[in-house]
Amino acid sequence: MIRESLFEIAENSPLSENVRRLRLRGDTSAITVPGQFVNLRIDGVFLRRPLSVCDCEEDTLTVIYRITGEGTELLSKKSSGTLNVLTGLGNGFDLSLAGSSPLLIGGGMGFTPLYYLAKKLERPTVILGFNTESEILYEKEFRALGAEVIIATADGSRGIKGFVTDAMESLSYSYFYSCGPEAMFRAICGCAKTDGEFSFEARMGCGFGACMGCSCKTVTGSKRICRDGPVLKRSELLW
Amino acid sequence: MVDMKVSLCGTELENPVIPASGTFGYGREFAELYDINILGTFSMKGTTREARYGNPLPRIADCPSGMLNSVGLQNPGVDAVISEELPNLEKIFRKKVMANVSGFSVEDYVYTCARFNECPQVGWLEVNISCPNVHGGGMSFGTDSEAAAEVVRAVKAVTDKPVIVKLTPNVTDIVRIAKACEAAGADGISLINTVLSMRIDLRSRRPVLANTTGGLSGPAVFPLALRMVYQVSEAVNIPVIGIGGISSAENVLEMMMAGASAVEIGAANLTDPFICKKIIENLPEVMEKYGVSSLRELTGGRKNG
Repeated sequence: MIRESLFEIAENSPLSENVRRLRLRGDTSAITVPGQFVNLRIDGVFLRRPLSVCDCEEDTLTVIYRITGEGTELLSKKSSGTLNVLTGLGNGFDLSLAGSSPLLIGGGMGFTPLYYLAKKLERPTVILGFNTESEILYEKEFRALGAEVIIATADGSRGIKGFVTDAMESLSYSYFYSCGPEAMFRAICGCAKTDGEFSFEARMGCGFGACMGCSCKTVTGSKRICRDGPVLKRSELLW
Repeated sequence: MVDMKVSLCGTELENPVIPASGTFGYGREFAELYDINILGTFSMKGTTREARYGNPLPRIADCPSGMLNSVGLQNPGVDAVISEELPNLEKIFRKKVMANVSGFSVEDYVYTCARFNECPQVGWLEVNISCPNVHGGGMSFGTDSEAAAEVVRAVKAVTDKPVIVKLTPNVTDIVRIAKACEAAGADGISLINTVLSMRIDLRSRRPVLANTTGGLSGPAVFPLALRMVYQVSEAVNIPVIGIGGISSAENVLEMMMAGASAVEIGAANLTDPFICKKIIENLPEVMEKYGVSSLRELTGGRKNG
């Protein structure tokens, strides 16, 4: 169930040059499963900004965002006060399919919803792919959860040289969960040995299924990324 | 006690607040959030003869005080709306609903309106001759007074439900189009649909929208919509529904003073899914503040400058 409520900004601090971690205090009861997102009202822009839930505790919600445009730029300047947030949006990951050895695959900022997912799974394996060493985020945090973390960098500056798919080759796993750029999803579809699911991103109008702004085609017809997703199963995708 | 009741083409509405087509789906998402029976009515997602997927993504762009959309009339087609959406709606909405109809030919409009004419749940047909996001239909009928009149005449011939014509602001003379619709038998006019607009991404140097252009809505268009509602309501003798950027009870009063008999709320539903409920709950207080005892009497009730 969607909830509109005010959250107090507890932290809005840099994790790197363009990435910020925002911790919010408020009623998180509408967030029921990892992979959901929240939609933040930001003074100065009209549409809300949808962001993945990176972590969620009883009264604290954490999102991590990259400053990519006007909305996130304005958000990054807000260090205190309250934000109007819609919570409980999106379907989230299907934890029942994880099996005994789930694999989590994050590309770039795609690690964010996987962190909350990793918290809910037993010792998952996590592949985090970045362009270069200086962009690596949350490696320690995932390890602290007991996850086995494999880093891949495109330029080889840390971990496996190459993409997340290069890191996947030698692994065996029961199921996979992924978030990142769509090109990465296509590559994973080309090589993954099991079923799995992907958390998509889109420019959204409403974030709750009203405007058809983020529809995509699937094998079972059109789906709204905000409402029927953001997580879609590998078997639903047309590619 | 203030009186919020208004009349729309012979049917009384509990209040003038009507969520606009394309921002309220078929009611389902909102019925989970509040009892949608508090609404005057609502206008269903624009429906066409055949199912349509719509335009490629991105379909949405943000703007100062508004947004662009280029959804392109995604809908499951009139047969699916009648067989699936209306039975579902019956469970959550006990009032008459407004069916918004779009098409690519006069025959399309006639077919879809004739199908809706058989549905007792449908109280009004809102004939959308104003969608800016499709080629060879929609707005091309709404920018030419003879083409607009032709659609209205053809639709009127197949329905006994009130026909409200939804107009585009993307014309040089909105009054001329509105009068042509009235002369052709329209029972009401709703305006404005979105304003044809565009944004470019500075990094990629490409249009933000995959369709290049889209329709602007939100508070940015409110004064423009208000002016057009004023001009049209002065010129026609049929009811006018004011649409465009309304996001508060104050905006509702202002739009009605301009001449609207009821209002549609569009983009505001997308940034605040509870906005229509909030406006309805806030209306009595704002009416009292401005000395309005009856909304019905407010229509066109302004002092001229």
